[in-house]
Amino acid sequence: MAGIDFTPLWLSFKTAAIATVIVFIIGVFLARIIARHHFFGKSVVEAFFLLPLVLPPTVVGFGLLMLFGKRGPFGTFLDKWFDMQIVFTWNAVILAAVVVSFPLMYQSAAAAFQQFDANVEKAAYTMGASKWKVFWTISFPLAWPGLLSGLVLAFARALGEFGATLMLAGYIPGVTNTIPLAIYFEVEGGNTEMASFWVGIIVVLGFSAILWLNWWSRRNMMRHTKKTS
Amino acid sequence: MLEVSVQKQLSHFDLHISFTTDAEIIVLFGPSGSGKTTVLDCIAGLVKPDNGFIRLQERTLFAEKISQPIQKRNIGYLFQDYALFPHKTVWKNIAYGMKDSNLARGLMQELRIEHLRDHYPAQISGGEKQRVALARALATAPNLLLLDEPFSALDDSTREKSHAELLRLQKDWKIPVILVTHSREEAEKLGDRILFVEDGKLVREETKNFS
Repeated sequence: MAGIDFTPLWLSFKTAAIATVIVFIIGVFLARIIARHHFFGKSVVEAFFLLPLVLPPTVVGFGLLMLFGKRGPFGTFLDKWFDMQIVFTWNAVILAAVVVSFPLMYQSAAAAFQQFDANVEKAAYTMGASKWKVFWTISFPLAWPGLLSGLVLAFARALGEFGATLMLAGYIPGVTNTIPLAIYFEVEGGNTEMASFWVGIIVVLGFSAILWLNWWSRRNMMRHTKKTS
Repeated sequence: MLEVSVQKQLSHFDLHISFTTDAEIIVLFGPSGSGKTTVLDCIAGLVKPDNGFIRLQERTLFAEKISQPIQKRNIGYLFQDYALFPHKTVWKNIAYGMKDSNLARGLMQELRIEHLRDHYPAQISGGEKQRVALARALATAPNLLLLDEPFSALDDSTREKSHAELLRLQKDWKIPVILVTHSREEAEKLGDRILFVEDGKLVREETKNFS
């Protein structure tokens, strides 16, 4: 075990962090727009957002490959205008993580924006507050516990992404070998000791995330309901 | 002076209500689901009427091609559930839209909630919440006050006190107040005029003193 190469850990963290930021911004934005509005086809749109949650990661990977591959519509576009390649690069690792973790963020954010009394926003409007002020001072703080749980779940999911990443990014040591991929290829190469090491790391990370989330949400719930004399 | 004439198609009936009022308490009285709250929402700007006009002190808030945004209507709205900001203290709630801090402080004194300044809404009683919500609405120095069943969640003795408070405040402020209620007793006690609403229409009107 001497001289462990920590690239997979660093790479996984970097990928999950960037993917979570992207997913957070898009997820909060879309959930905010869609949560309290009713329009024709809303269920279809929401089902589409949640699709990566139920599809096998290989299907997601295949879809992304078709869209972002050299001949795919987005792939061609990015290559032509931004000289940017997706497939078999680190970009592909981020893209796969974003797509698979998005549903968790969206679902948490949509629930978070719906769970507080809509009248508090209306009350703020009648007091002269702009939409922007209401969002930052009322909606966002009230939705924050839900948004944070979405954030943690999305991060954990991004950290554990395997199937779509393998299809879209392949296994390139130093570039795309996140922990889940490292585990698979260490086992393939008969290196059980190294695989166990990475398994241990990822279990500890996932466990801590969920433990912290549970603790935090309980504490938060108490804060809003406690009574003092 | 407030002039209201609103028309709106709702799922079960057409809402069509017109009235004018001055610095008095006008009561919209009727069963649940008769469109009373929708009238308040139209006046506040939370719901857009299909047709009609709303004028407050010579200023058109709504007409055929005009619809002032909620934020610019300067109307105080007290919601049935009070809609206090649960994550802000009593003072932060009241200060959120206040015109000036002396007015806000004076209101807190008048409504006996000064000592609750640093409490959160979850830490105070129903009657206190109601007073905080009233102070918050008045701290914006509104030209009109809308009250949507503000007393329905209170116990009898608290309700009595709140009634007296409202009558006193309205005398001091001299602004029109529209109160929605389905309690006949409350309507008669507080209203200078009672408008009876059924299925979105005004069916009758009574003026003080009702015999």
